[in-house]
Amino acid sequence: MNNSLIRARGVVKSFGQTPALRGADVQVAAGEILAVMGPSGSGKSTLLHCLAGIFPPDEGEISFDGQRLDQMDETRRTELRRTAFGFVFQFGQLVPELTAADNVALPLLLGRIRRKAAYQVAGQWLTRLGLEDKGGRRTGELSGGEAQRVAVARALAVGPRVLFADEPTGSLDSLTGEKVMDLLTSLARERGVTVVLVTHDARVAAYADRQVMVRDGRMATLEPSATLGGLRR
Amino acid sequence: MSVPLTLLGLLEREPSHGYDLKRDYDTYFGRGKPLPYGQVYATLARLARDGKAVAGEAEPGGGPDRKRYAITPAGTAEVEACLAEPSEPEPHLQTVLFAKVVLALMLGRPAEHYLDLQRGAHLRRMRELTEVRRAGPLVDTLLADYGLFHLEADLHWIDTTTARLGELAELVRAS
Repeated sequence: MNNSLIRARGVVKSFGQTPALRGADVQVAAGEILAVMGPSGSGKSTLLHCLAGIFPPDEGEISFDGQRLDQMDETRRTELRRTAFGFVFQFGQLVPELTAADNVALPLLLGRIRRKAAYQVAGQWLTRLGLEDKGGRRTGELSGGEAQRVAVARALAVGPRVLFADEPTGSLDSLTGEKVMDLLTSLARERGVTVVLVTHDARVAAYADRQVMVRDGRMATLEPSATLGGLRR
Repeated sequence: MSVPLTLLGLLEREPSHGYDLKRDYDTYFGRGKPLPYGQVYATLARLARDGKAVAGEAEPGGGPDRKRYAITPAGTAEVEACLAEPSEPEPHLQTVLFAKVVLALMLGRPAEHYLDLQRGAHLRRMRELTEVRRAGPLVDTLLADYGLFHLEADLHWIDTTTARLGELAELVRAS
């Protein structure tokens, strides 16, 4: 894959004595929606956190747009996360005391965009996600599906190049989850945003362009290759 | 549900020509696999022979068979019995996939890898169906859902089997 926006090679990450990744390799093309699947404890969320520069790997290389994330200092990685990456997590991680519009505007205000402009952008994104009448509601008062749509709006409002989503529908029923995935993937495709989506749910993963699987901290091969004939126990 | 029973069900709705039955069958039940005209007329002839449908007089007009078929009380009873009777919940214990896994373990081949490839094939199909349900009308969406839920069930089986391969390998090799 020559047009990789994200490339990870031989990534090893342990927490204390517990290994989470044991040499994971993955590449994500610009504009691609990639689903990372795997059973609980397989290392898939750790891989996402490493690719997003949240966890520095113990070993291996991770690059974003040709820049080595694993060699950047924390300040630079924080800057990258704020300006180039968006995040959606299972429980939204919104500020429940703030309104939907406040939550979406927050990362823009932190990026020193003027208040009026930030709230204008927030309003546009809430409208895109079908929440135009919810901007003034505290997110703690919204339904799970509405809150997750606010989280998607917040993640996309900053104009990220990559959206990292960790079990974004994990707390939703299947129909609501599908609505969130429909919106998330449609908007990402429309804007050319690359998406790395971690999920254990095959129906959610089916929204992606490609799926990879992590098992015991390594990548499993889901596609046939020429070397299979030689694989024998 | 079999073709004869489905056509009988369509006839219960209203007396119809073979052409109309084929059109409705293809729209709702034969998605991607249209029913051949020959099979429609052969099935109608059998239903008439068995007293489940009756053919009216031939009507003037184009086409090979302009008879309008109507369901009989015997046919209606059969449709009712079929709809009211729950289908056999088949356990599918001897699926091709199960046989492949056991054979792979018997032969010392990489069963886990084969299961991963199967998972990949299932996920590709799920991607296609997800695209169908995103773009399609409600009928297509619901049919795609049916396929997706079944593929998802297969994937759960693949996950569980993958997690228990070591145990199964011991069992297979010990026998």
